[in-house]
Amino acid sequence: MDFSLNELQTLMADSVGKFIDNEYDFDTRQQYAESERGFSDDVWKTFAELGWTAVPFAEEDGGLDGDSVDIMVLMQSLARGLVVEPYIANVILAGGILKRVGNEAQKEQWLYPMIAGELQATLAFNEPQARYELASVATSAARDGDEWVLNGHKGLVLNGGTSDLLLIPARTAGNVGDEHGITLFAVAADSDGMSCEAYATVDGLRAAEITLDGVRLSGDAVLGNVDEGFAALAATIDDATLAVCAEAVGIMYALKDKTVQYSKDRSQFGVPIGSFQVLQHRMVDMLMACEQAQSLLMWAVMTNAEGGEESRRAVSAIKYMIGTAGQRLGEDAVQIHGGMGVTWELDVAHYFKRLTAICTLFGSADWHLDKLAT
Amino acid sequence: MHVTFSARELEFQEEVRTFFRDEYPDDIRKVMDSGEEMPPDMQIRWQQILYRKGWAATNWPVEYGGTGWSPVEKYIYAREEGHANAPLFIPFGMTMVAPVVYTYGSEEQKQRFLPDILASNVWWCQGYSEPGAGSDLASLKTRADLVGDHYVVNGTKTWLTLGQHADWIFCLVRTNTDVARRQEGISFLLIDMKTPGISVKPIILLDGKHEVNEIHFDNVEVPANNLVGEEGKGWTYGKVLLQHERTNSANTFRSQYRANKLRIQASKSVRGAPPLENDRNFMRKLAAVEVELKGLEYTELRTLAAVASGNAPGPESSFLKIKGTEIVQAIDALYMEAAGYYSLPYRADPAVGEGGESLSSLHYFNHRKVTIFAGSNEIQKNIIAKHVLGL
Repeated sequence: MDFSLNELQTLMADSVGKFIDNEYDFDTRQQYAESERGFSDDVWKTFAELGWTAVPFAEEDGGLDGDSVDIMVLMQSLARGLVVEPYIANVILAGGILKRVGNEAQKEQWLYPMIAGELQATLAFNEPQARYELASVATSAARDGDEWVLNGHKGLVLNGGTSDLLLIPARTAGNVGDEHGITLFAVAADSDGMSCEAYATVDGLRAAEITLDGVRLSGDAVLGNVDEGFAALAATIDDATLAVCAEAVGIMYALKDKTVQYSKDRSQFGVPIGSFQVLQHRMVDMLMACEQAQSLLMWAVMTNAEGGEESRRAVSAIKYMIGTAGQRLGEDAVQIHGGMGVTWELDVAHYFKRLTAICTLFGSADWHLDKLAT
Repeated sequence: MHVTFSARELEFQEEVRTFFRDEYPDDIRKVMDSGEEMPPDMQIRWQQILYRKGWAATNWPVEYGGTGWSPVEKYIYAREEGHANAPLFIPFGMTMVAPVVYTYGSEEQKQRFLPDILASNVWWCQGYSEPGAGSDLASLKTRADLVGDHYVVNGTKTWLTLGQHADWIFCLVRTNTDVARRQEGISFLLIDMKTPGISVKPIILLDGKHEVNEIHFDNVEVPANNLVGEEGKGWTYGKVLLQHERTNSANTFRSQYRANKLRIQASKSVRGAPPLENDRNFMRKLAAVEVELKGLEYTELRTLAAVASGNAPGPESSFLKIKGTEIVQAIDALYMEAAGYYSLPYRADPAVGEGGESLSSLHYFNHRKVTIFAGSNEIQKNIIAKHVLGL
C-alpha cells in the first residue's frame, strides 16, 4: 500500500506548481480569460513543450504513457491556478477518443498535432435535449455513396469556438437514447455546413452551440467502427469526469486554505473571526469535505486503471461527492469571506464558479447518485 | 500509488480469514447477527479464544504479550474481524488502560495488571466523566488525598460502560487543587471495585437497557502504589488513551458489513411486500451512505499509510471519529426505515418481525451515544480547528 507520488508525478506537480507561481497569477488568468480567444496560445504552447499535453497517450503516439493517477496529479496542480487553457477539451476529450479509436492516419492528422499544441480540438458530447445522457444523440449521419451527410445540433461544446477539429457523435442507426448506432466523426471546423455560436461560460471558460447543416464527410472521417462509438465515448467521458473531479478537489483545498487564512486575518468585534466557534466548525466541515473527496478520488483513479463495473461506480461516487460536499464547501467559502466573497475582484468567487460549473459537467450529483442507487 | 498488499500480507489475511471462518463459534455468531445483547460470559469466552490464539493484544508490544503486528497487519485483522461481525474486545482493559500501564506504569504494576488483562481474567471499566464534567473533562472534582501510604478518594464518576461487571476501574482524580491550569493536578489511579466505600448504581438508557452506571466513592482507601506514573500527570496519560479510543471509533468494517447486509436485505421481499430496492428514495439514501463509507475507508487507509511510514497518528483520529460515527447513525436510520411498522414493537427479547427488525429502532436509539462519547463530535471539531487549522 502506497499513497505517495512516484518520480514522474512529483516532478509534474513541482513543475506545474512553479509555472503557476511564476507565470500564472490570478490577474494574468483574468487577462487570458477576458481575451478574445479566452485563453493564451503562448501558454498552451508551453503546456505542450513541458509535455503536459502528452501525459495520457501511449509512448508510440508520442505520449508519456500516463494513467488516471498522473492526470489526477496534473489536474489538482493546475486547479490552484484556475487555468483557463482548454486541457479537458483537447487532451482528455478529443485526445481520449482519438487514442481509443483513431487509426494511424487519423492520429497522424489530428492527434499528434494536438499533442504538439498546434491544433485545437474538442468532443461534442452533448445535445440540447440530452441533459446528461450520452446516448441521447439525435444528430444524424446518413450515407450518400462514399460520403456521410451530418445534420444536427451540439450544445455546450467546450472550446467549441476555438477548435480546429470537432469530434461529433452522430446517429447512424437506432433511436435517440440507444447506445448502439452511434458513430464518431472527425469534422474540421471550417467544413461547409458547420456553424458556431461561441460564448463564455460562468467559470470564465468558453463553449459553443454547433450546428451541422448537411455537412459532407468522406469515409475516412469515421473514427472506429460504424454504429459502435458509444463505448469509446463513455470511457472518454469517465476519464473527463475524473479529471474535472481532480480539478475540483484541488479547488476545494485552495478554497479551504484561503478561507482559513482569511478568518485569521479578518477582525470583527475586536477579534479574528476565526475565533468564533460557529465559523471554526464550518471550516472543519470544509476540511473534512476535502479529505473525503481526496480519498474517494484516489480510490476512483486507482480503480479506473483496472476498468470494469467497479470503475463506473467509482466515477459516479466521486462526482456525487463533488456535487454535494464540494458545492457546499464553495458556498461556505463565499459565506465566510462575507461581502468580499461576492465580489468579482477576489479569486474566491472565481474558484467557486469553476467548482460550480464542474458540479454540472458530465452529470449532476443527483444523476450520478441515481446510477449508484441501482 | 496503489492499495495492494504484499504477498506476506496477503498470506496473513488468508490466515486471519480462515481463523474467523473456522474458530468463531456458531452460538456467538448467532447472537452477533441477531443484534441482541451479548451475555458477559459469552463475551469473555470469545476474548479467551483470541487469547489462546495469541491474538488478544493486537495493539501491544511483543514484550508484554502483544502480537507485534505492523500497522498494516493490524488493519487487515480489524477488517476481517469487522467483516466476520465478530465481537469487539471490551476496550477498557485491553485498549485503554493497558497502554497507559505499559507506557507509564512501574515494573510492579506491569506485572500485577497486564497478564490478567491479556487473559481477560479481569474486567476493567473507565472512570473519566463526572456528573459535572462531561465534554469539559478538566473540571472533574473527584478528589484523591494522600494520607500516609494510601489515597482517600471521594466523589462521583459516571457513564461507566458495563461497569456492573467490572473488577477494576481506572480513574482520573484530582490530587491537587492549587494549580494554575485545571489540567494540572489530575492523576491516573487504579481502583479495585471491591474496596469498601464504593457503591455502583445503574443508569438506564433510552433503549431501556442497563449499559452504563454511576459510581460513588465515599472515603475509599486506595494504596498509593496504584497511582500510575507521576502524580499530576494524569491529564497527559488520559489524552494518550483517548486517542486510542477515537481511532477505534471509525467503525469502518462493521459499517461496511451492515451496509452490505442491508443491500442484500433490500433485494428480498419481506412479509410479501415488494423488495425495498424498488424504492428509489431508499436506495438513493443507501447509496449516499455507501459513498461516504468508501471515502472513510480510503481516509483510514491514507492515515494507515502515513502511520506505516513512521508518522504518529494525530488529530486525524478526530476526523475518523466524526465521520465514522455519523455513518453508524446513518445506517441505523436506514435499518429502522427498512423495518417500517416493525421498527415499532418494543420487545427487546425476543425480537419480533423478520431478522430482528424490531431491534433496529433500539439500535438507532442506543447509538445516539456514538456521536457523544469519547469526546463529543463537537469537541472533536474544536480539536481539529485548533490543531489542524491553527484557529
